[in-house]
Amino acid sequence: MKKIEAIIKPFKLEEVKDALGEVGVMGMTVIEAKGFGRQKGHTETYRGSEYSVDFLPKIKIELVVSEEQADSAIEAIVKTAKTGKIGDGKVFITTVDDAIRIRTEEKGAKAV
Amino acid sequence: MIKRVLLIVTLLSAAASFTSRAQDAAAATTNAPAAAAPADTAPKPDPAGTATGAASDVQDAAGNTFVVSAPTALSDDDKKDPAKVKSYAEAKKAYDDYLAQVKVEPLAVKMADPVGHNRVAINFMWTLITGFLVMFMQAGFALVETGLCRAKNAGHTMAMNFMIYPMGMLGFYLCGFAFMFGGLGPIGTMGGYGGLNGEWTVNLFGKPFGLLGHKGFLLQGVGYDTAAFALFLFQMVFMDTTATIPTGAAAERWKFSAFMIYGCCIGTFMYPIFGNWVWGGGWLSQLGTNFGLGHGHVDFAGSSVVHMQGGVIALIFAWLIGPRYGKYDANGKLVHPIIPHNLPFVMLGTFILAFGWFGFNPGSSLAGTDLRIAVVAVNTMLASATGALGATLWMWWVRTKKPDPSMMCNGMLAGLVAITCPCAFVSAGGASILGLVAGILVVESVFFFDKIGIDDCVGAISVHGVNGAWGCLSLGLFADGTYGSANGGWNGVPGNVVGLFYGGGMGQFWAELIGVTVCFVTLALISLVVYKLTEALVGNRVDREVEIEGLDLPEMGVPGYSGFVMDKQAETPMPRGEAYVPKTQSSAPLRA
Repeated sequence: MKKIEAIIKPFKLEEVKDALGEVGVMGMTVIEAKGFGRQKGHTETYRGSEYSVDFLPKIKIELVVSEEQADSAIEAIVKTAKTGKIGDGKVFITTVDDAIRIRTEEKGAKAV
Repeated sequence: MIKRVLLIVTLLSAAASFTSRAQDAAAATTNAPAAAAPADTAPKPDPAGTATGAASDVQDAAGNTFVVSAPTALSDDDKKDPAKVKSYAEAKKAYDDYLAQVKVEPLAVKMADPVGHNRVAINFMWTLITGFLVMFMQAGFALVETGLCRAKNAGHTMAMNFMIYPMGMLGFYLCGFAFMFGGLGPIGTMGGYGGLNGEWTVNLFGKPFGLLGHKGFLLQGVGYDTAAFALFLFQMVFMDTTATIPTGAAAERWKFSAFMIYGCCIGTFMYPIFGNWVWGGGWLSQLGTNFGLGHGHVDFAGSSVVHMQGGVIALIFAWLIGPRYGKYDANGKLVHPIIPHNLPFVMLGTFILAFGWFGFNPGSSLAGTDLRIAVVAVNTMLASATGALGATLWMWWVRTKKPDPSMMCNGMLAGLVAITCPCAFVSAGGASILGLVAGILVVESVFFFDKIGIDDCVGAISVHGVNGAWGCLSLGLFADGTYGSANGGWNGVPGNVVGLFYGGGMGQFWAELIGVTVCFVTLALISLVVYKLTEALVGNRVDREVEIEGLDLPEMGVPGYSGFVMDKQAETPMPRGEAYVPKTQSSAPLRA
């Protein structure tokens, strides 16, 4: 099993969710997050004084999928979240040891 | 310093004789018809309202009374003056004509009593209802101030805005009203009740200078009168407007206990002293009759009395308490503006204030029968519009690249504050121009105070202080000479109020300038004393740890927004390097 953590622009969430649904992903966790990467923050002015917005609002999606599904899920995320502009985000993939569905106590790939 | 003050006091008391004067109807400084009661009988309070308003209150639109009183007989000296003899003959003829008419139409004379009562009732209604509108401005102030502060201080800022209403009111009830209006003389538009006729007066250069009233404490005795009560309600909500201005400037770092001490002071003596000098028949209103400076210091609805007083207190408090932690670095450079947590609050509050201003300005006629209220209302809304537009465009095109919403609100309020004094005396064009100037002025003023390190969370000094002064001065420039001559003339000076641009000369402008200067000096001194007193009693500033944590929990015991995740980055700006720590704040080590 693979865990995919994708940090994307907030307005891309709906598109990414739909694309993941199309490749058969059954569930995901969405977190409102803040952060910065290479694009850094930007400055604004309030009453004439500049202040920096260091952490930009982002959405973090977490999903765990079977080995077979991983590649298509990653492709779906990267394709739909891409705008080509700086600040599109990143995808991190890790291997997951096990998973348990609490209601039925099923384990492994059946649980995700 | 103290020696110098003592010297001045000694000199003044040598040159002056203090007296307590009972104002007669002729010396009354209201723009009101003279009381009908003869001077030798003390005015009787009318707590039931069954004796207020009679034939003597019947007037036509121009202010000519229905009842004609007998002219006083000429002395032997006067008989040598042909002008006096002529005017006496005219007055005698009018009186004789009136008596003849009374004989022919006795029913008309009888009917004049209910007509006069209705006129007074219309004025009562107007004064009370506009007073209710002004009371609602407390809600506007609460929203504007809280919205412009950070979420972690919302409960505290709101609580200050809430408690200033009862604290200020009770102080005003206790003695503030008596100090301010105890020497007013007849309340002309509301039946001419003359019980509030005790003013402490000092004679300087052979002229009377009214200093402070002393009748109507606790609304007892001569204060227990329907007209006095109506006046109390209207003037109380004005005082509370002043009272709530400094809470915004010193917000997010002011101890609630220190604020409560200020709350005791504002209604009892901080506000009423200067108020008496302008509105209670005191010496600034007498500048016209005493020294020929226009109509004296004219302030229709309170640019100086209400707003500038609050602005000066705000200035002194914000200056002495020091800027909020994190906004400036150790060198006093503004490194982190503290952004508002709720702009919808700010804008809703501003609209509530603009709505309340329709009570504030038109209500200050104290007379629904004074049709100038239409001009006052329109001038008020025009200045609010040009103020908002001026501030927006100035920010957008001149100062920064964006039309700052908080500055739009400050701009609208600045226009409203500026038009408050001249609203009854200027044309629509004059109102629009002076509102526009106010909008630009408020932006520049906010930038200025930010630069010199006086941290005013909401722009109160700029909105109320600077534009309060501008409003008064603008009357000396823009008064167009169409209003103010009714009932013997404003502040007892015949003729309409005319400013410099309309051929009135500099007299009115000087009177306004003197009023503004006196307002600044007096209130700065009083605020200094109150601040230092509070500092000695409980201290004004919360500990730095409390300030960074937010005042809601440590000071009030409950968060303004329970159950919300705070955006800590917006909440607590922590400058890189050493932040400026004001001297007034304890530098207890922060919790690790």
